[in-house]
Amino acid sequence: MSMNNQGRPTSAGETGTAAAHPTFTGNKALQIEEALIFEIGRPEVSGVDIPAPKKVKARIGKLARNEAIGLPGLTEPEVMRHYVRLSQKNYGIDTGLFPLGSCTMKHNARLNEKMARLPGFGDVHPLQPASTVQGALKLIDTLAHYLKELTGMPAVAMSPKAGAHGELCGMMAIKAALEAKGEGHRKIVLVPESAHGTNPATAALIGFEVRSVPANADGTVHVSDVKAALGPDVAAIMLTNPNTCGIFEKEIVEIAAAIHKAGAYFYCDGANFNAIVGKARPGDLGVDAMHINLHKTFSTPHGGGGPGSGPVVLSERLAAFVPYPFIRVGKGYALVEEGGKLDKGEQPFGRMSAFHGQMGMFVRALAYMLSHGADGMRLASEDAVLNANYIRASLADLMSLPFGNQPCMHEALFDDDWLKNTGVSTLDFAKAMIDEGYHPMTMYFPLVVHGAMLIEPTESESKASLDLFIAALRDLAFAAKRGDVDRFKGAPYHAPRRRLDETRAARTPILRWTPPEPFKEAAE
Amino acid sequence: MRYLPLTPQDRTDMLAKIGVAAVDDLFANVPKSKLLKGPVNLPHAKGELEVERILGAMAAENISASEVPFFVGAGAYKHHVPASVDHLIQRSEFLTSYTPYQPEIAQGTLQYLFEFQTQVALLTGMEVANASMYDGSTGAAEAVLMAHRVTKRRKAILAGNLHPHYRDTIETLSRMASDEVVSLAPNPNDAGADLKAVAAAIDAETSCIVIQTPDVFGNLHDLTAIAKKAQDAGALLIAVVTEVVSLGAVTPPGAMGADIVVAEGQSIGVGLSFGGPYVGLFATKQKYVRQMPGRLCGETVDAEGRRGFVLTLSTREQHIRREKATSNICTNSGLMCLAFTIHMSLLGESGLRRLAAVNHANACDLADRLADVDGVTVLNKSFFNEFAIRVPGDAAKIVEKMAKNGVLAGVPAARLWPKHKALKDVILVANTEVNTDDDRAAFVAALGASI
Ligand SMILES: Cc1ncc(COP(=O)(O)O)c(C=O)c1O
Repeated sequence: MSMNNQGRPTSAGETGTAAAHPTFTGNKALQIEEALIFEIGRPEVSGVDIPAPKKVKARIGKLARNEAIGLPGLTEPEVMRHYVRLSQKNYGIDTGLFPLGSCTMKHNARLNEKMARLPGFGDVHPLQPASTVQGALKLIDTLAHYLKELTGMPAVAMSPKAGAHGELCGMMAIKAALEAKGEGHRKIVLVPESAHGTNPATAALIGFEVRSVPANADGTVHVSDVKAALGPDVAAIMLTNPNTCGIFEKEIVEIAAAIHKAGAYFYCDGANFNAIVGKARPGDLGVDAMHINLHKTFSTPHGGGGPGSGPVVLSERLAAFVPYPFIRVGKGYALVEEGGKLDKGEQPFGRMSAFHGQMGMFVRALAYMLSHGADGMRLASEDAVLNANYIRASLADLMSLPFGNQPCMHEALFDDDWLKNTGVSTLDFAKAMIDEGYHPMTMYFPLVVHGAMLIEPTESESKASLDLFIAALRDLAFAAKRGDVDRFKGAPYHAPRRRLDETRAARTPILRWTPPEPFKEAAE
Repeated sequence: MRYLPLTPQDRTDMLAKIGVAAVDDLFANVPKSKLLKGPVNLPHAKGELEVERILGAMAAENISASEVPFFVGAGAYKHHVPASVDHLIQRSEFLTSYTPYQPEIAQGTLQYLFEFQTQVALLTGMEVANASMYDGSTGAAEAVLMAHRVTKRRKAILAGNLHPHYRDTIETLSRMASDEVVSLAPNPNDAGADLKAVAAAIDAETSCIVIQTPDVFGNLHDLTAIAKKAQDAGALLIAVVTEVVSLGAVTPPGAMGADIVVAEGQSIGVGLSFGGPYVGLFATKQKYVRQMPGRLCGETVDAEGRRGFVLTLSTREQHIRREKATSNICTNSGLMCLAFTIHMSLLGESGLRRLAAVNHANACDLADRLADVDGVTVLNKSFFNEFAIRVPGDAAKIVEKMAKNGVLAGVPAARLWPKHKALKDVILVANTEVNTDDDRAAFVAALGASI
């Protein structure tokens, strides 16, 4: 069919603003308001056709579920529309620059998705006989080899399910090692004030007491402060390196030595490993345990909050304590589980979770590593650091740097000193970035910096993309300094939602949908 | 390198702007002797095709669940997932987004979490559910810690028929936290004995009892009486469900008085994937909500009065409360929640019930066929889609032999209880909607040939 040209061509000459023309539906062209599944679905409808069950004598007895559950059903076209519309209210890495500091929002290669879905990985059961999953075990062992090589550490526990779970695993290994030495009385864990919340939470979860170590004016931890805090009751330090201020801890080797001399262990939070992959190895720095967020450094997708994967590399001093299950290579690949024969010295401290870890993330991470290779991973870290420094250097004249204009690692940390007396806060600034088409940086973390803005561009950004981002931030910075407060206070103006009332959400929590009143009556 | 957009010229220009001569000047804080001079000892970069060949070869060494008659369960189940689920979870805006810390541009994630929480609450028969845990087992360990906070006691009693991996996960965390755990012995033959043993163990120090239903051998439990017994003693009932499809056919723990329900959600929307990523469902009573671990999504309004969703009650969480948080969990199972909620929306109430009915009928059919095999006994009086059989001989060897004959028959109990001699001849057998009459006939034939 050819197009009827009646009414065409349109011209761009019409006047008026979007605000002056509210729509009947509340929709804004491609931004479509979407009801809840409970408002769309019907209990008798299904988007899955399932043949009738065989006629059998049931074995459920009086435990049969007879009452209505209340679940809505949607047909496939309704489901497609619902979730596609929801997706259009979300910002992802594929949408634009996602400079969320500490989170390493790098490109998620689709090859990795494809590999994880190969039936030999995606469709195998964790409790199949080992003889039927040799390739899966080989994949885990290969990834383990890569992680050990990249970190210079002799052992790795693969089962932790995210960074915080890895922290827990590492701290459990430390506890087990202390107990094995008869030093279970060591109860103090040193944690710098700049640490991520998961560090103190993890330590406390298994009965350690957290003692704070101050951060210094240059943004790093000084060995003198660590020494002052060490003592016979100290079990470990949990130090992030590069740290949460985006700085490599320059006294790390001395800190490690001091910790070891005091009979304690060095846990390193490896969330920021992306800055140093192929450039420096934690094992060479004196680290005893470090989790690696495969969902950060090795690009497995964050998926709106998970899943992650947090393998923990361990030093010689902790290697014996790797929890169940672990892989042993002999004639083939064997999985050592509870009750399995242990080699001399092996002292698994227990189990972190059911089964063997986040296989789907393992496949993706290994695909990333194979694709990049040793050379590409090193280059990726260099580019990540270069990109962050480029942003720092390009904004340093307008925005304030809490620790002076020194090189950073893969993330650039600004504070809100430069916003003083503008009437604009870090939060306002972040929300105005949304209107400019950017996901905001991490804000108000680390806690040691006032009004922190932690910008991590990753290696995935081109120079052109960075230049545009920098130009947008400079324009916003000028606006803030000029006193154009409205641009910030009401922002975002152009997002699917304006600012949301979080106080109200917490004061009267509505955590699930409930049928509206008339509905309820009709149902009764 | 196809993933790195900077050109050599870009790098030169950027270094000039930064005011350093070389990229290594940016690594000045790294002690000189520790800075690597060149790439580590691993292979160099590869194109897509080469990577596909390498990983494809590894994948080909495994037998996948769809290739053969497949009856393996024990906490992870082979189910059919509609094609639209996997398509939708790969939408860029879902796949490549982060935790919804900026709600104005994360309403997609937040709305599906709100819907997910509601579905989980309805399914488990509870008042509130969170936005997921890593998986069922870690959720169970967190539930025990939560019960300790609620009751201010520190002793958990674990039913003998709790999945041993769950037991070990709880025991490990509890031992490290210096909390007490009493783990009872498994009772494959007599489901009633399992609850009786739990009831007998409850005392004034007991914070919680942890009971799985269907239990790891497949037996169904009425928890009503034991819930009351626990609560009368000031303890909480934590119910564990490792096969959520069962909730389409079986009375949910919430209706039997459970205080916390923890479930593995893998069966709905999430593939087997050799053990992870899965999704932990976590539901409880409204009055305990401030003691819950994990993220919660709540409804609110925006500046224009429109309905919207945010993460809420975060004063329980590590980023606010640090060492006083209810849990250390941060990253959870976001994308698996999405897979779960999409699949559940597709099924709906009628689809879920039908799916559950087919699972149950198929399992009953297999149980009936096995009853006719000489020397084989089905141990269960009740079950949903999984049951235990006793075979004449070493179960692990028989399962291995059956695998050689092209049938993945189930989990030998000895793999989960290596020290219980009495379980050496027991196999856990699961049967879902994916199993056909031919599969069941193949199972019976392979079993016959292997004993
Ligand atoms: C510095 C730091 N440590 C630990 C974590 C926790 O990791 P995960 O979210 O994977 O549990 C994060 C991630 O948010 C982090 O940024």
